[in-house]
Amino acid sequence: MLGPKFQALGIKLLSGQNPFVLTEYKIVMKRILFLVSLFTFHFSLLTHAQDMTELVKKVKAKLDQVNDYQADGMLKTDIVFIKAPVSKIKVYFKKPNKFRLKKEGGISILPKGGVSVTAGNIVDINSFVALAAGDAEVDGIKVKMVKVLPTDENNEVVLATLYIDEAYLLIRKAVITTKENGTYEIGLTYGKFAAYALPDKVVFSFNTKDYKLPKGITLEFDDNVKPGDMNKMKNKKGKVEITYSSYIINKGIDDSVFK
Amino acid sequence: MWKLLQIELYKIFRRPRTYISFAAITALILVVQVGLKADGETYINFVLSGLKDSVDIDGKLLNGYFVCYVILQLLLIHVPLLIALIAADMISGEANMGTLRLMVAKPISREQFILAKFLASAVYTFVLLVWIAITGLLLSLWIFGTGDLFVAKISYAVQLQSNDVFWRYCGAFCFAYLAMLTVAALGFFLSLFAENSIGPIVATMSIVIFFTIISTMSIPIFQKIQPYLFTTHMVNWKEFFDEKVNANNEAILGSIQNPQRIINSALVLAAHIVGFVGLSMYLFKRKDVLS
Repeated sequence: MLGPKFQALGIKLLSGQNPFVLTEYKIVMKRILFLVSLFTFHFSLLTHAQDMTELVKKVKAKLDQVNDYQADGMLKTDIVFIKAPVSKIKVYFKKPNKFRLKKEGGISILPKGGVSVTAGNIVDINSFVALAAGDAEVDGIKVKMVKVLPTDENNEVVLATLYIDEAYLLIRKAVITTKENGTYEIGLTYGKFAAYALPDKVVFSFNTKDYKLPKGITLEFDDNVKPGDMNKMKNKKGKVEITYSSYIINKGIDDSVFK
Repeated sequence: MWKLLQIELYKIFRRPRTYISFAAITALILVVQVGLKADGETYINFVLSGLKDSVDIDGKLLNGYFVCYVILQLLLIHVPLLIALIAADMISGEANMGTLRLMVAKPISREQFILAKFLASAVYTFVLLVWIAITGLLLSLWIFGTGDLFVAKISYAVQLQSNDVFWRYCGAFCFAYLAMLTVAALGFFLSLFAENSIGPIVATMSIVIFFTIISTMSIPIFQKIQPYLFTTHMVNWKEFFDEKVNANNEAILGSIQNPQRIINSALVLAAHIVGFVGLSMYLFKRKDVLS
């Protein structure tokens, strides 16, 4: 569309016609420059997104070494309105996304829908798009921030920000926003099993809602908590920590464990 | 004294009325157990509805310890009424039958007579609580198995590890015995003033219900008098099911959040028992027995 117009203008200018034509020529040139810069910017964005997909692919490849694992660990629940002891747990995982946390004969309190979101299903790039979001530091380690967006509208995860250690291909931190269960943060610390991208410690931080039960249900006469304490309990972050002591990797796990 | 106690116990356990309480308690406990066995998960979801907005609670919540806690919550408010059936009949029943004058004519002191009567009520109360422990705790453990106990309180919840629960029930039952004995002592005291059993039984029940309602209501004027009502202290068996946490918010195994509250309440209840029985002895010693 611009070709014939541009040619006509060039001829007019060279033949020393009306100087007004020069201004028109400048406008057209500006438009061309704008379009070129727009294309360049878009292309650079695509290149960056591509880079992050590659990085996420590498992280996924590392995670894919593990087909299944069984781990022993300790579960610590730190929620302001729950008094819970530190307890021994067993964690089971099997590809693609089977996950089970068990406490023999006991009760485990976990962030709502959070623990079952494993690194494996976040970086499933077949259904997510990964975009670069700059550099950051997690516990003194330089990491790449990657925004992971699901392409499937029905996915529970709306947005995940991964803090990836490029050198070791490990996710050091993740901030996950879900449709149903709000936003939670996962901090991962690695040790002996870093080669398999399996953490030694996982800390889930999440927002909690207010908790209060009517006296009619508890049949209590006296509430031990003073009004001041109730304010302290509001809008507090809950924290669940899992410290793994051992892993049994790729030895096979029966599906019945996950039922 | 021992002979007197034996006679009184024989009289209590010979009456069919005594077994109404055992039958009623057994029926109530069985109803709760059958109900929870059939649809306990719905009940648990209802109780934990406030928590489930923030967290997922996984594991065997419906276990024998939880079922027993539900039973005790329901029963320990109503058992006093069953205890009043026997304790409030101890003196007035004799007066009604016309045997009181005959008994005080025997070569035993009136203090011994009153003490034997009260001890017989105490034994009855004890047997009733042991029966609750057998059917409410042991039977529930047999039907539902063991596990961690999760207790939902007004503004927080407590998770007690399964190996940290049984001793708490022992403590709670001992405390509950003290609470029930207070009601027995009250009924026993009131039975001094009547010549038939209905009056003291209804009076005991009325006092317990009236005080319980005042103890429950969160109205400032009532809250001022609540610490002086024995019904407020009767429910503190629940303190055994609350634990301390350390600076990291980790529950401390084997701890009790408010041991002083248990001690204070136990002392208040014990003082009521001593007061009612002492006053009964004092008044009966001066009583002109005409029936």
